[in-house]
Amino acid sequence: MTSAAAMTRLERNEKLIRLALLLVAFSAVSTLVIITIFIFGEGTPVMFKYGLKKFLLSLDWFPLEKSYGLLPMILGSLFVTAGALVIGVPFGLACAIVLTEFSSKRLRRILKPIIELLAGIPSVVYGFMGVVILVPFIRDNLGGPGLSVLAASIILGIMILPTIISISIDSLEAVPRSYREGSIALGATRWQTTRMVMFPAAKSGIIASIILGMGRAIGETMAVIMIAGNAATIPRSLLDPVRTLTSNIALEMGYAAGEHREALFATGVILFIIIMVLNTIANLTSKRRPS
Amino acid sequence: MRIHIDPKAEQRFFRAFLWLLTGITVFILFFIIFYVLKRGLPVVSLGFLMKNPVEMGRAGGIFSTIVGTVALTLLAILIATPLGVGSAIYLTEYTRENWITRVIRFGSECLAGIPSIIFGLFGFILFVTKLGLGWSLLSGGLTLAFMILPTIIRTSEEAIRSVPYVYREVGFSLGSTKWQTVTRVVLPSALPGIATGVILSIGRSIGETAAVIFTAGSSLHIPTSLFSSSRTMSVHFYILAREGISMANAYGTAAVLIIAILVINVLAYTLMNRFMRKYC
Amino acid sequence: MEKAVIRAKSFSHFFGPVPALKNINLEVYQNEIFGIIGPAGSGKSTFLRALNRLNDLIPSSRPEGTLEVFGRDVYAPSTSVVELRRRLGMVFATPVPLPRSIFENITFGPRMAGEKNRGRLAELVADCLKKTALWEEVMDRLEISALKLSGGQQQRLCLARILALKPEFIMLDEPTSGLDPISTMKIEETLRKLQAEYTVILVTNNTKQAARVADRTAFFLNGELVELDRTEKIFSAPSDRRTNDYISGKFG
Repeated sequence: MTSAAAMTRLERNEKLIRLALLLVAFSAVSTLVIITIFIFGEGTPVMFKYGLKKFLLSLDWFPLEKSYGLLPMILGSLFVTAGALVIGVPFGLACAIVLTEFSSKRLRRILKPIIELLAGIPSVVYGFMGVVILVPFIRDNLGGPGLSVLAASIILGIMILPTIISISIDSLEAVPRSYREGSIALGATRWQTTRMVMFPAAKSGIIASIILGMGRAIGETMAVIMIAGNAATIPRSLLDPVRTLTSNIALEMGYAAGEHREALFATGVILFIIIMVLNTIANLTSKRRPS
Repeated sequence: MRIHIDPKAEQRFFRAFLWLLTGITVFILFFIIFYVLKRGLPVVSLGFLMKNPVEMGRAGGIFSTIVGTVALTLLAILIATPLGVGSAIYLTEYTRENWITRVIRFGSECLAGIPSIIFGLFGFILFVTKLGLGWSLLSGGLTLAFMILPTIIRTSEEAIRSVPYVYREVGFSLGSTKWQTVTRVVLPSALPGIATGVILSIGRSIGETAAVIFTAGSSLHIPTSLFSSSRTMSVHFYILAREGISMANAYGTAAVLIIAILVINVLAYTLMNRFMRKYC
Repeated sequence: MEKAVIRAKSFSHFFGPVPALKNINLEVYQNEIFGIIGPAGSGKSTFLRALNRLNDLIPSSRPEGTLEVFGRDVYAPSTSVVELRRRLGMVFATPVPLPRSIFENITFGPRMAGEKNRGRLAELVADCLKKTALWEEVMDRLEISALKLSGGQQQRLCLARILALKPEFIMLDEPTSGLDPISTMKIEETLRKLQAEYTVILVTNNTKQAARVADRTAFFLNGELVELDRTEKIFSAPSDRRTNDYISGKFG
């Protein structure tokens, strides 16, 4: 039915298909480029109009008076992320170590998907839990308005747990079995093996997981808005309210106009740069082995 | 002076300590689910699911938000899946590792790391404003599509790569062109893996708030066209909780959200397991 | 006078700088079973894959010299590779049934070529399965997944699958290496019957199989054709000492 000529026509179509697929594959890259262009396009003019130093270092965020100082928010993001890591890393690594080194394979096969399931819970639900349980608790027992750095750190810490756990488990599982067996054969206990052999071997993957967790914490918006208090001032203690770069954008975007809106995009630019740097570091440190 | 710690005692201590931390972690994570379900499930009834919100959500149900969520997610999947699978096919079948593939992969991974609020900004400035689509399903769908694109590319690539090479040789030796081999031999075998990625992306889209609220808006009406504004369940939940409109309905919405996401994830996992069992 | 249907004239094949085949000169006659023996890495599989240009899938692949099928150069620019691969059907070392039904496996090739008539396809399936002695065993369960068949049955299915494309050549690359003796015997029987209609090229690392089945046998070593002659001669009084050493098991 098909002649030789028809076959070669089909083969010529192959070249077109290949080209079409190449263009499709570039959609991810081009989106990234477009996002960068637009965010920077909207945000940088205002930054340069008032000067980069004023933007990054001024304490006063009063958009209606044309004062756009982002320092409280930059510090806010930093504090809250640091707090999230203080909570998320120990608990996350503990879980990862327990699940890979100190529990049966079956337990791991049940718990790991469950933990990843929990990564699917929307951030607004986490924020909500913070509002109804954590915030009143802090307010009644520790003082302050409850809406605080502490609350945000705890909730964010919980939110990044699945990321840290999941990737750390993968890193630990990727360490060749011979390392563990060799160490045990030399008479080391399982904990010693973990501490001195497995953990250092999986270090790059674990660090990558922490950095990715950091990225998630910095980028989190909705949950933070609900529990952090959103005062655009530098918090002096764990119990003070705080505003992050992300909250800054989300809170005012709904009604901002003109230069105010551009300032919010500028906030986005700063956030974008921080995230890009973090992601590049994470990519460079993680030794991803192709399967 | 070095204090000698008996290694067995040290192990016992740390083991107990680590299990404690793990127990706390698992407890907290389960607690959240149970707490929400306990307070939310009583609110959820057939009426709740089928009626529209009344008085800004103080009463009534969440029907229009369910429609909004489904419409938005469907749109995002319809846009992202061909793009994602096509990209994966190109990366695996039509080229070998070179600078082009590295650039594409780098772009995809960077995209995966961008926080949703930035997507919200991007969607707002490009789709809502510059392209004049307004707050609409289209704006929201396009924005969500690019958010889930990296996931679909990654899972599709893995799925396609796991199809044994011999299958392709068989396809070719039976006289197929490359495209025929890809679509008739490789893709059907990779389908479960690809489907898993799509399903996981659905789960993520449902819970997405920041990107949606600035692109699809928050109208409580049932969307009638691609250009209608619409509210998703997670946006509705956020507004209810933050404005304090109705705690009961907030819990109810959250419960529906959580159950939907749990079901979707379980589906993805069983599919993935069946896929792994077939090929590993 | 035997008709030569395949001719290799000073044919070499490179993967990058490495020669997998060096200056091969041979002829394959119509309707014979042409056996190729030799140790691993001798170029036997490369030769088969050069014939149906499956080597093209490897980017560093580079042929030199001439390879002719029915007098036409395999590597000529005007050659339709797709058509070529249909005319030279190939069976691989491990049975690779597609994860579909028996019926769909066999009709895969014809459907790719555009055949849509269900009646003709059904006839084709029956025909091919009878030729490979599989019909009796599966005729009432054509819709089940091909993966449910035994290894030997799967390999016969793969054979039937290429027959559905009405090829002129059947090329087999160590087809029974993973199969039990009974399945092996069944396949060898099938090949003898198919010889009447097709020209068979059989690559095997089992010298005794070549002795049993092939009309003429070629001995490849390190990419070169060492000796080619009637099978009885190769196995009783080979001209080249290396052939003798290989057959008597001095190396392998």
